[in-house]
Amino acid sequence: MTTTHATASVPDAEGRFGEFGRRFVPETLMQALEELTREYQLAKNDILFQTELAGYLRHFVGRPSPLYFAERLTEKAGGARIYLKREDLNHTGAHKINNTIGQALLTMRMGKKRVIAETGAGQHGVATATACARFGLDCIVYMGEEDIRRQKMNVFNMKMMGAEVRPVTTGSRTLRDAINEAMRDWMGSVATTHYIIGSVVGPHPFPMIVRDFQSVIGRETRQQCLDEFGRLPDEVIACVGGGSNSAGMFYPFIEDESVKLTGVEPGGRSSKPGDHASTLTFGQKGVLHGSYSYVLQDADGQTLDVHSISAGLDYPGVGPEHSYWKDSGRVEYVAIDDNQALETFQLTAKLEGILPALESSHAVARALQTAGSRSPNDIVVICLSGRGDKDVQEVARLLGKEI
Amino acid sequence: MNPSPIAQRFDQLKASGKMAFMPFLTAGDPDLEMTKELLVDWGRRGVDLVEIGFPYSDPIADGAVIQASYTRALAKKITIDQIFTALGELSGENIPPLVGMVSYSLIFRYGTDHFITGAKNAGISGLIVPDFPGDEAGAFAKQVQNAGIDSIQLVAPTTPAGRVQKILQSASGFLYCISVAGTTGVRQELPEELSQQLEQLQSQTALPLAVGFGISRSEQAAVLRGKAQGVIVGSAIVRQLECLDEDPTRRAAVVAELGRFVDEMVQATHQS
Repeated sequence: MTTTHATASVPDAEGRFGEFGRRFVPETLMQALEELTREYQLAKNDILFQTELAGYLRHFVGRPSPLYFAERLTEKAGGARIYLKREDLNHTGAHKINNTIGQALLTMRMGKKRVIAETGAGQHGVATATACARFGLDCIVYMGEEDIRRQKMNVFNMKMMGAEVRPVTTGSRTLRDAINEAMRDWMGSVATTHYIIGSVVGPHPFPMIVRDFQSVIGRETRQQCLDEFGRLPDEVIACVGGGSNSAGMFYPFIEDESVKLTGVEPGGRSSKPGDHASTLTFGQKGVLHGSYSYVLQDADGQTLDVHSISAGLDYPGVGPEHSYWKDSGRVEYVAIDDNQALETFQLTAKLEGILPALESSHAVARALQTAGSRSPNDIVVICLSGRGDKDVQEVARLLGKEI
Repeated sequence: MNPSPIAQRFDQLKASGKMAFMPFLTAGDPDLEMTKELLVDWGRRGVDLVEIGFPYSDPIADGAVIQASYTRALAKKITIDQIFTALGELSGENIPPLVGMVSYSLIFRYGTDHFITGAKNAGISGLIVPDFPGDEAGAFAKQVQNAGIDSIQLVAPTTPAGRVQKILQSASGFLYCISVAGTTGVRQELPEELSQQLEQLQSQTALPLAVGFGISRSEQAAVLRGKAQGVIVGSAIVRQLECLDEDPTRRAAVVAELGRFVDEMVQATHQS
């Protein structure tokens, strides 16, 4: 369904990515969103801000992250050369910190001292707590009661860094309710508080801000390819939950039409509603969490429950820019199921000595499916968005092993 | 065009120097029979308007009490069609004009035209879409008004004067003034800045001002006399219905308790 030719010059002033995006939020938040939009535009064009951000990304986060040749995965697939963009090597073990450092700097720029965030598996919560500790900001992280139980280590880490973790006991008690609670907090605290949203979702300008801060992934990858191969890759693959690592990876390649872009959604247990979180594959256009995008809803517009083996992909919506890329045909979105992700987790550990996050395992699994039918001269880059240490308990449980 | 049922009600009240009392009710909590029973009872007790919340799975603007009532209603698989049917069945009854409070998520998925037609046929006189701010909702607001339904817009304490002007362009029926920056829910005190805000709004629009969020007692209504033309009470009513999920035998008692509360509020708002 090609409705438009995708460009990188989005969103417009109203937050539209093609027809998607905008602001569907209570009036109470509108003033703060307008203020944030203005302040972000100033920061974006402020060389001092950008220099400061680049400094923290280099010295605190540990960027640039390597573009690593996965030789044994390449052999296994028997086709294109497979490279891994090692976001798992960032401080805190995932791409999330690229965004939280940027937004923490924005928070201080706006003169705010208190930060709130939502988290599902805990990676964004840890990355937010980390940035807040570094800059001395108060930090409150909303997290579903069920996720708190499953991610004890991340909860402990957040607390060690001085964050308060608030259990969310409403609705489905998962990531989407944590977002609802964070928005509610913000309704009453907007004068003093910044909401560091963790993905390219929510009302304008959040999808744009998070994409921009995460775009360091794609910019580095692009440059690393040019430096090392003298050309751009043939395909770039990344997993999509809310869609932040993939948006950051894809965005700098959007106008490089020779580069195939593939987003991998969590196929879960089956294609039945409630068994997966493949929003772009199975969803319809709708409004969730302040933005118009593809969503998983019932016929009345009520949000559906979702499932994925990976808690970080377990979300019934997706960033509006992904919806734009889907409808324009610029990015192909496919689903990888729980079992494929679990097998790939083990395979990557055995063949490469890398424990990938279950989220990233979805992207690796897709590359292994298709690289074999490509020429050995082709280059496929996978965004290895995070490390799998956080998932070992869950993987051990699924494999019936004791830790 | 004839004045809408909402405008008529405010005009009548204004003529006699009274404020409007507008309780909120979640459709289908604990079931649609109860919703209908309360509407009929409140009509008899002189309630001026009723705000009907359409349960939604992810309400951002609502506090814990109303969200919980949405969750209860949805657990019983209440649908938009069932709500429209139930409200439509009251068409011969003497019930107050109804104002639907509906997330745009629901309206969009149901189909905007389809929803507006359904609301009209169900006898809904006004629509509040809390997650579609007035300045963004222009075309939708027109569509609502063209169907003869008032497009009720919200103004928050955080809304600057420039935005108010834009929001007013989409507004009819009355202006919903949010008393505090925050979600719905009972609060002990109304903020001091509220009076100032209401005064400011009064000078910008001829629309009646109705104050909601945080109001639960008749004394608070009394404080607003002369400053606002209507008072909205939500959470304080909805929490009375919580117990019915576990103990349905208390239905009659809850209807009676709510009746006493409603009487008190009607009396407080109708003092001239």
